[in-house]
Amino acid sequence: MIFAADSAFWQAFTQQTIDGLAFGALIALVALGYTMVYGIVELINFAHGDLFMLGCFLSLTILAAFGLGGLGFDATVKDPSPVYVAVILLTCLLVAMPFCGALNFAVDWVVYKPLRTAPKLAPLVSAIGVSFIFMNVGLFWGGAQDVNFPNLIPDTNLMSEGSGIRFTYKDAMVFGVTVPLMIGLTLFVQYSRLGKAMRATAQNPTAAKLMGIDTNKVIGLTFAIGGALAGAGAVVYALKVNTISYTMGFQNGLYAFTAAVLGGIGRIPGAVLGGLIIGLVRYYGSAYVGETWAGALIFGILILILVFRPTGLLGSTTREKV
Amino acid sequence: MPPILEVAGLRAGYGPIDALHDVSLTVDEGEIVTMIGANGAGKTTTLMSVSGVVRPRAGRVTFGGNDLRTFPAHEIVKLGLAQSPEGRKIFPRLTVLENLQMGAFTRKDPPGIAADIEKMFGMFPILNERKGQAGGLLSGGQQQMLAIARALMARPKLLLLDEPSLGLAPQIVTQIFGVIRDLNQNQGMSVLLVEQNARMALKVAHRGYVLETGRVTFSDKADVVLNDPRIRAAYLGE
Ligand SMILES: Nc1ncnc2c1ncn2[C@@H]1O[C@H](COP(=O)(O)OP(=O)(O)O)[C@@H](O)[C@H]1O
Ligand SMILES: [Mg+2]
Repeated sequence: MIFAADSAFWQAFTQQTIDGLAFGALIALVALGYTMVYGIVELINFAHGDLFMLGCFLSLTILAAFGLGGLGFDATVKDPSPVYVAVILLTCLLVAMPFCGALNFAVDWVVYKPLRTAPKLAPLVSAIGVSFIFMNVGLFWGGAQDVNFPNLIPDTNLMSEGSGIRFTYKDAMVFGVTVPLMIGLTLFVQYSRLGKAMRATAQNPTAAKLMGIDTNKVIGLTFAIGGALAGAGAVVYALKVNTISYTMGFQNGLYAFTAAVLGGIGRIPGAVLGGLIIGLVRYYGSAYVGETWAGALIFGILILILVFRPTGLLGSTTREKV
Repeated sequence: MPPILEVAGLRAGYGPIDALHDVSLTVDEGEIVTMIGANGAGKTTTLMSVSGVVRPRAGRVTFGGNDLRTFPAHEIVKLGLAQSPEGRKIFPRLTVLENLQMGAFTRKDPPGIAADIEKMFGMFPILNERKGQAGGLLSGGQQQMLAIARALMARPKLLLLDEPSLGLAPQIVTQIFGVIRDLNQNQGMSVLLVEQNARMALKVAHRGYVLETGRVTFSDKADVVLNDPRIRAAYLGE
């Protein structure tokens, strides 16, 4: 084979790409919540990462209800049947998505909505407050230590032995959940009546009111959708990574926020692009630069891109007339 | 017949400041009424109070028998009152077509909406040519046409127009005023028109109001306002 000499390199590279895209897709799901909320009310929702964390603990509780987890539980489930796994995965999604969506909606209604016309700093500080409250709830829920999340989905490789590449059931689950959700969201925002109302409200809330759009309802819907996506991300993260803690919202939230800024905050495709880039940089960085440098690399790239494109990769470069 | 719109003793403002102290005006069915006044007199605030975006602090706003103070902004449109706001406020990243669809947000008759979009394209052919383009990419004049067409998509009984001629080339201003007159004469649409271009506005309107620092100081038939020496001196540059 002509490329025989390089094949080990390409195998490793493909592997980093798969792992990076899987992690990136997850981050993108969380980043969407940041970007949608920012797009519509110009609020950096600091509590979003912690909402994601709460989704993880909720998933843990759901698994416990299935008899998985709890004291003395062997964290690896031996040879679960596919139907059993699918039922648990779906249950988690069907509970965590509405839960996180409703929680995000409620926080908007109670905390941010009364501050809609206040200076931007007021809701921002409130969001930091909500973040701390969520963290405390997480601490109460799961304790201060890292918690093992039942290893329900097998890490069995789906690729052939000789390929040298690992694409596991877990990876399939990550893409199987994240990709349809992103496609669904895009179609909803692009083509549905409410999706258009959402974009209209984000672009000019006063004009949206003049069109007969109930902007508070649309903003609430945006929080709910962003929250539901974080809930889905939480389920997928917990089932893939198998370790959760009450502080996990901070780092993952930061990655997701960075992804949103990198792609152009307020832009839905930007969050997806930013998430994928961050996932890839993290895995390429770990492999080719060094594990310890991955974080520095991500933020180095962020700074570099923002220097040359302050509005992010897909943000508009020209200021629109108000 | 009672007026379609009645504003009485309206007081409204922003934060601690009242921008309107006492504004009263009426628009009869089938009438074009214009409101003129210097920059900062409170014309935009008046229209926004009628549309419910600015909440009145005192006074009455009645539209078709409804007390508008009891309606949130998004429900006022459904009553048959639409506004083309100052500065156009086009949705910049929605296409021209989507902007028009947003204008019909409160309507539930897809065939009627589709027919009305075609009607708008007939009225403003340039919008048809550019229907797939982002609203923010249109020129100022095209955006103004889009803003008016978008408001018309609600099928309003009363159309509020805030400075539709601002910054536009004269032939486009003529075209836009032609459309306003046509809508009024052929469809009986009532219009409340706010204008910098007082001469043009008073020529197309039936009646006129003069607003000064939040108070109506003069009102009469449009030709009387147009020929009043004080108005000519203050607003018509004579
Ligand atoms: N959003 C706002 N916040 C605070 N003050 C405002 C706002 N909009 C208008 N004003 C003030 O209210 C007064 C009336 O303004 P406006 O209604 O826009 O007048 P006009 O349309 O006649 O030029 C002005 O003094 C203006 O500075
Ligand atoms: Mg004005």
